Order: sequence, then C-alpha cells, then structure tokens
Amino acid sequence: MIWESWDAFWAMGGYALYVWGSFGATLACIVGEVWRVRRQRRQVISRLRRLQRFDSQ
Amino acid sequence: MLRFLIAVIRRDILLAARRRGDWLTAQFFFVMVTSLFPLGIGPEPAMLRTIGPGVVWVAALLACLLSLGRLYADDHRDGSLEQLLLAPYSNALLALGKAIAHWIINGIPLLLIAPVLGIQFGLPADALVVLVLSLAIGTPVLSLLGGIGAALTLGLRGGGVLITLLILPLYVPVLIFGAGAVDGTLSGTGAEAHLSLLGAVLVMALLVAPWISALALRVSVE
Amino acid sequence: MSLYHYASPATFYPLAGRLVPWFAALAVVFAAVGLYLSFFVAPTDFQQGEGYRIIFIHVPAAWMSMFIYIVMAFWSAIGLAWNTRLSFVMARALAPTGAMFTFLALWTGALWGKPMWGAWWVWDARLTSELILLFLYVGYMALQAAIDDPRRADRAGALLNLVGVINVPIIYFSVKWWNTLHQGASVSLTRAPSMAQVMLWGMLVMALAAWMYTIAVALARARTLILERERQTEWARAVLKEQA
Repeated sequence: MIWESWDAFWAMGGYALYVWGSFGATLACIVGEVWRVRRQRRQVISRLRRLQRFDSQ
Repeated sequence: MLRFLIAVIRRDILLAARRRGDWLTAQFFFVMVTSLFPLGIGPEPAMLRTIGPGVVWVAALLACLLSLGRLYADDHRDGSLEQLLLAPYSNALLALGKAIAHWIINGIPLLLIAPVLGIQFGLPADALVVLVLSLAIGTPVLSLLGGIGAALTLGLRGGGVLITLLILPLYVPVLIFGAGAVDGTLSGTGAEAHLSLLGAVLVMALLVAPWISALALRVSVE
Repeated sequence: MSLYHYASPATFYPLAGRLVPWFAALAVVFAAVGLYLSFFVAPTDFQQGEGYRIIFIHVPAAWMSMFIYIVMAFWSAIGLAWNTRLSFVMARALAPTGAMFTFLALWTGALWGKPMWGAWWVWDARLTSELILLFLYVGYMALQAAIDDPRRADRAGALLNLVGVINVPIIYFSVKWWNTLHQGASVSLTRAPSMAQVMLWGMLVMALAAWMYTIAVALARARTLILERERQTEWARAVLKEQA
C-alpha cells in the first residue's frame, strides 16, 4: 500500500488541488453530458408525441 | 476550359470594379486593424518590430475573411450561381476561378499595402521583401481555403460569423509559416524553410480545395 | 444483406438501445480498474511526486480527442461515399463527446502545468494543437447547429470534418515547428516520468474506459437523432406509442 492513511491519500502529497481538480472536472463533465443526453431524449420524445397527437387529430 | 476559368475571373473582377465601396472597406479594415496595435501596446520600436510580422499577418487573415462572406452569396441571391454550376465544366473549375478572382481583388492589394504597414512597425528592408513574398505565397491559400467556408455557409443566417469559426483554425499553418518567414529574416535564421513550407501548403490547397469547394457548393445549392 | 440490415434505422434503433447499457457497464468496470491502478498501484514519481497522477486522465483524454475526430472523419467519408444516413448520424453523435475530451485534455494540462511549469498555460506544441482541435470541434458543431435541413447539415458537416482531418497533421507539424523555433517549454507531460510499465497500463485501461463511455453516449445520442429524423415512419410511430 502506498498511502499511509486516507488523509495522505486526499492530500496527494501537496498536489490535491491539481489532482482532484483534474479528476473532479472529468467527473463533472461526464455527469453533465449523461444528464444532457437523457434530458434531450426526453424532450425529443415528448415533442414528437405531441406532434403525433396533433397529426392524428 | 481555360476560357471558362478566365470568364469566371473576369466576371468577378468586373463586378468588384462596379462596387468599389465594398472593396475599399476590406482594404481599410486591414490598415486600421494593424494601426490599432501600436496604440494598444505602445510605441516602443523594439517591441513593435517583434510583433510586426505577426500583426500584419493576423490582420491579413481577418481582412480576407471579411470579404469571403460575399464570395458566393451575391451570385446565390440573384440565381446566377445555379447557372454557373450547370455550365458544362467541372464545378471545381468554377470554385478555382472564384478563388483566383478573390485573390486578385483582395489579396494583391494586401501585398501592396503590407510594406507600408511594415514600415510603421519599423521592419528593415530585407524583412519587408520577405513579408511581401510570404503574403504573395500565403494569401492564395487563404482565398482557396476560404472558398470552402464560403460554400459551406452559403445562405445561412449568421453566415459571416460562422465562416470565421470554420476557417480560422484551418489558417493556423499559413499564419505560422508566413509570420515565421519574416521572423526568420529578422533573427537571421533565414526564411527559405518557411517559404518553401508555405509553398507546399499552397500546392496542396490548389490541388484539394477547389474540389471540396465544388462539393460544398452542390450540397448548399441543391 | 447483413451490413445494410444493420445500417437501416429501424434495426439500428433497438439494437443500439440494447447495447448502450452494456457499454456503459464496461465503462464503469474499466474506470474502476483504471482508477485503482492510477491511485493505488502506480508508485509515486521521484521527480513530480503525486502530481503526475494527472496523466492518467490527461493522456487518455488527449488520445480520445484525436481518435474521436478521426472516427468522425471515417463516418463522414463513408456517408459521403455511400450516402448512408446512419454514418452521418454517428459522426454527429460523436462530436460533443470529442469536444468534451478535448476540453478535459486542456483543463488537466493546465492543472498539471501550474505545479510543473509554474504557469497555468504554456504555448507547448501539444497544448496548442489541442486548443486548435477544440476550435475545429466547435466549428463543426456550430455549422451543424446553423443548418436546419438535416440532409444539408449532414453533408456540409462531413465535408468540413474531412477538411479538418486533412489539416490536423499539418497543424500539428506547424505548431511543433513554431514551438521549437521559439524554444518553448521542453518538458512534456507524456515524456516526463520514465514511463513505468504500470503507468502505461493505467493509461491504457483508462483509455479503454473512455472508449466504452464514448460508444455508450454516442449510441444514445444517435438513437435520439434517428428517432427525430424518422418520426414519419411506421416503426418510429410504434416506438413513440410504446414510450407512453
């Protein structure tokens, strides 16, 4: 094991800001993108369904 | 075939000659943008000499983009573009003619103005010669690549801003080799390598860009 | 029949729907292994301390940013050559993810540069090329967004994509050339640590995770695009009814 404690792990030998800033930004981007893709899908489906109802009337 | 090419070029030059106001705008834009830099940065001669080549080149890119928006737009609006595309010649020939005309109308004046602007930045005589030479090789590339952007954005809302977004990244190598040639002369490392690379880029653009512009025109017009 | 069969939107749509969870699951597994390798197996670098662990995200992101652009160009070329609508949709679905990885490569590059070079941004050849690649992605997406007619948007985007992919090596070469002339930063993130075997493995596994994630997201995005475009067809109507 390279880390003596969890505190040492989170401190990253003094590079915490840089290391966690990188990995955190990546996580945020991925979560944001997945959320956007899902929202877009929901929006498109509801819009198309409305169109369909409009057409059948 | 050559006749068609010359006819396309002549037509554009005639049209530009009738609307001299539009044409002058792009040239004055080039002069003004370069003149703003000393005002923003300060009149220190050594500093101006270092940034001079880059500033003149960047202003040339922007001035070129300014006039590119209209490369096909006017012909598209009055319907003559469709006629030209139906001509019994390759559409790439049309795109090539358009790019050459654009260069004659907008590129050659830049070559003539550039030495004056270079003097403003305190460039020595040998650097001025290289500046004009690099612009002479580089500006045709700008017209050729810009033609692709003009064809892709034909008739789109906000086409003028969009074209800068599409084309400026593609201009990066031309900017680097062009401004680099002048820098090389200033620092004494020589300009030959830069100029020959710029020449290679020009040859590639000549071979590839007209075909892609022609495809893009067909996509945009159909 | 087989290839054309899968290229038809009616077949692709449900197939992609079944594949997305699998690729997403693979992405999670690879990411877990990759993160374990990067934080608990890879030793501390004697020169850069723990700060070097950023490469486990930076290098895969930089790889992905370039690969995705090339894959997009591949789909664009196929679309233009054989007029297959699905390949245009794939190119379009990949673009936002490619732009995201390009942004991440820049962001992590800046966070790595601050402690190592003492500056958030250095005009290093790799970072500069990556920035121009981001501009290329932005141009592609802006063009797609500006065109309302999907047929024209597909083709125009594909052409721009192909011009871009021809230019990427030229841009990279010119930036490198420019950088060596101006004696830019000589330390590079990818070259700095004496690449230990375990580091390479860490980066490879993380890159695999990024690939699986990209495939999952691109397929999901392609599904939405296809549904929107095919809304008049029999199968799309049936799908929409089912969604109730």
